[in-house]
Amino acid sequence: MTSTSDTLLQVTYLVATVLFVLSLKWLSSPTTARRGVFAGELGMLLAVAGTLLHRGIVDYRWIAIALVLGSIIGVPLGKVAMTKVPQRTALSHAFGALCVTLVGTSEFYLQTPNVPPFTMGVLSLEVILGSLTFTGSLMAAGKLQEILPQRPITYKGQNIVNLGLLAVAIIVAAMLVAHPERKELFPLIVAIPLVFGVMMIIPIGGADMPTVISLLNSYAGLSAAAMGFVVDSNLLIIAGALDGASGFILSVNMSKAMNRSFTNVLFGAFGQQQAAGVAGAQDTRTVRSATPEEAAGILEAASKVVIVPGYGMAVAQAQHKVRELYDALTKRGVDVKFGIHPVAGRMPGHMNVLLAEADIPYDKLLDMDEINGELPQTDVALVIGANDVTNPAAKTDSKSPIYGMPILDVDKARTAMVIKRSMAAGFAGIDNPLYYMDRTLMLFGDAKAVVGALVRSLSGGHE
Amino acid sequence: MKLDLMTSLYVFVLAGFIGFEVIRRVSPLLHTPLMSLTNALDAIAVVGAIIIVGREHEQGATLPKVLGTIAIIAATSNIVGGFLITDRMLRMFKASRPTKKT
Repeated sequence: MTSTSDTLLQVTYLVATVLFVLSLKWLSSPTTARRGVFAGELGMLLAVAGTLLHRGIVDYRWIAIALVLGSIIGVPLGKVAMTKVPQRTALSHAFGALCVTLVGTSEFYLQTPNVPPFTMGVLSLEVILGSLTFTGSLMAAGKLQEILPQRPITYKGQNIVNLGLLAVAIIVAAMLVAHPERKELFPLIVAIPLVFGVMMIIPIGGADMPTVISLLNSYAGLSAAAMGFVVDSNLLIIAGALDGASGFILSVNMSKAMNRSFTNVLFGAFGQQQAAGVAGAQDTRTVRSATPEEAAGILEAASKVVIVPGYGMAVAQAQHKVRELYDALTKRGVDVKFGIHPVAGRMPGHMNVLLAEADIPYDKLLDMDEINGELPQTDVALVIGANDVTNPAAKTDSKSPIYGMPILDVDKARTAMVIKRSMAAGFAGIDNPLYYMDRTLMLFGDAKAVVGALVRSLSGGHE
Repeated sequence: MKLDLMTSLYVFVLAGFIGFEVIRRVSPLLHTPLMSLTNALDAIAVVGAIIIVGREHEQGATLPKVLGTIAIIAATSNIVGGFLITDRMLRMFKASRPTKKT
């Protein structure tokens, strides 16, 4: 081996590593974020080009075909509509995990029977994490795309079955570490986690998707880092560790925002618990509803309005109408801001991307802690397609399944307006006392239609 | 070029710490682009797949070659798609137009 060529490649990888870290650092603010993407691209280009020019590579045909095919698939995946970003992200976690699993499998068959125990250990970790992330992410993508039923599916003994599967996979991996020559065992540590990945996502409901996507993100990163150990690549170890850390931080954020632990998200099957909480309340409470014209009158007279968007806004594709409303109110001198709950939508930051797409300036998008300080001085809080994240029961009712979850305090605003299709319970099926408060006005209808009607009323009342 | 195992573990742990510190500072505003960007960076795994497919094999190593090729396709689609969509998203984030000082 010529050491100069090797050293040159290692230096290239080092530069790529620095660029990757800078890339994430620049992502900290919207003003430098695009530079971050450029740094990432440059690092990737250097690393891939350096590898291709490496002397060890003798056969380029398959590589070239694969690179072209991958690009052909990648371009449309880079151009999906913003409302479909959550399922696209889940799909890309699946692809990443697929790559890692396949490379791990290849490495095993190339190295067996002489696999050192440590290598076999991380290789098992790589393949187990990779396989379960692959099917888990595909399931998540399927649920988000509504190809699969979104409702959590639960059955008795589910957790025992799942944990049992995982335990068997780990035992088989341990056997392989001791006897790496037993090739026939290897397919098991691919197949069992593949099944586990499916089983893991079956009991997960749509409202838990932000946490689950983050968790899958973290697994994908960790499996890539494990692959870095197997193929002796510090660059990959670092990229995997960065991705793993990112997914982990997001998962912790999401869990905190729902006041739930990781284990609760994965093993709690949220949808199940609610039925009990709702059944007790007999409805004698009254709801005040208003027409869009009446609501527009109140909005017009306000000096400060906070809009709280949720997944319902994404479903109704109402973000552009919301932008028109923002314009109409701003033009009349109303101070309009947006209050974004960390778990609003189906993935971290989902609402911000949709609103940015609709050209709403990002400095008007405030996160929960920032906006909660302002809500008591707010004239109107307008809730569009959000439910649980505004539920005051999270603070007052210790029996509520979401008790303790941090919420946006829309009930503190002078008037709360809620755009909602009907009085049917929200996604998680939890009763929301906000709707029965004296200060609350319900605007019934499709989010896009109602916001459109508000805009028309504000701009002169004629159809 | 075999890396020392302990050194690799150090690298992993330190990179994890850097990751925590850097990513903690990313505004919640940009959490969606953060996820798509880290996903694209993660696809650096393509390097491992390229080496498997491209290096000289003994007879009968078709399986690793086929698997490696699929791995390259999967990772490349993440690289291309991931960077594209991240940049598309970030281009949409605009600040309020500052009021003209006249």
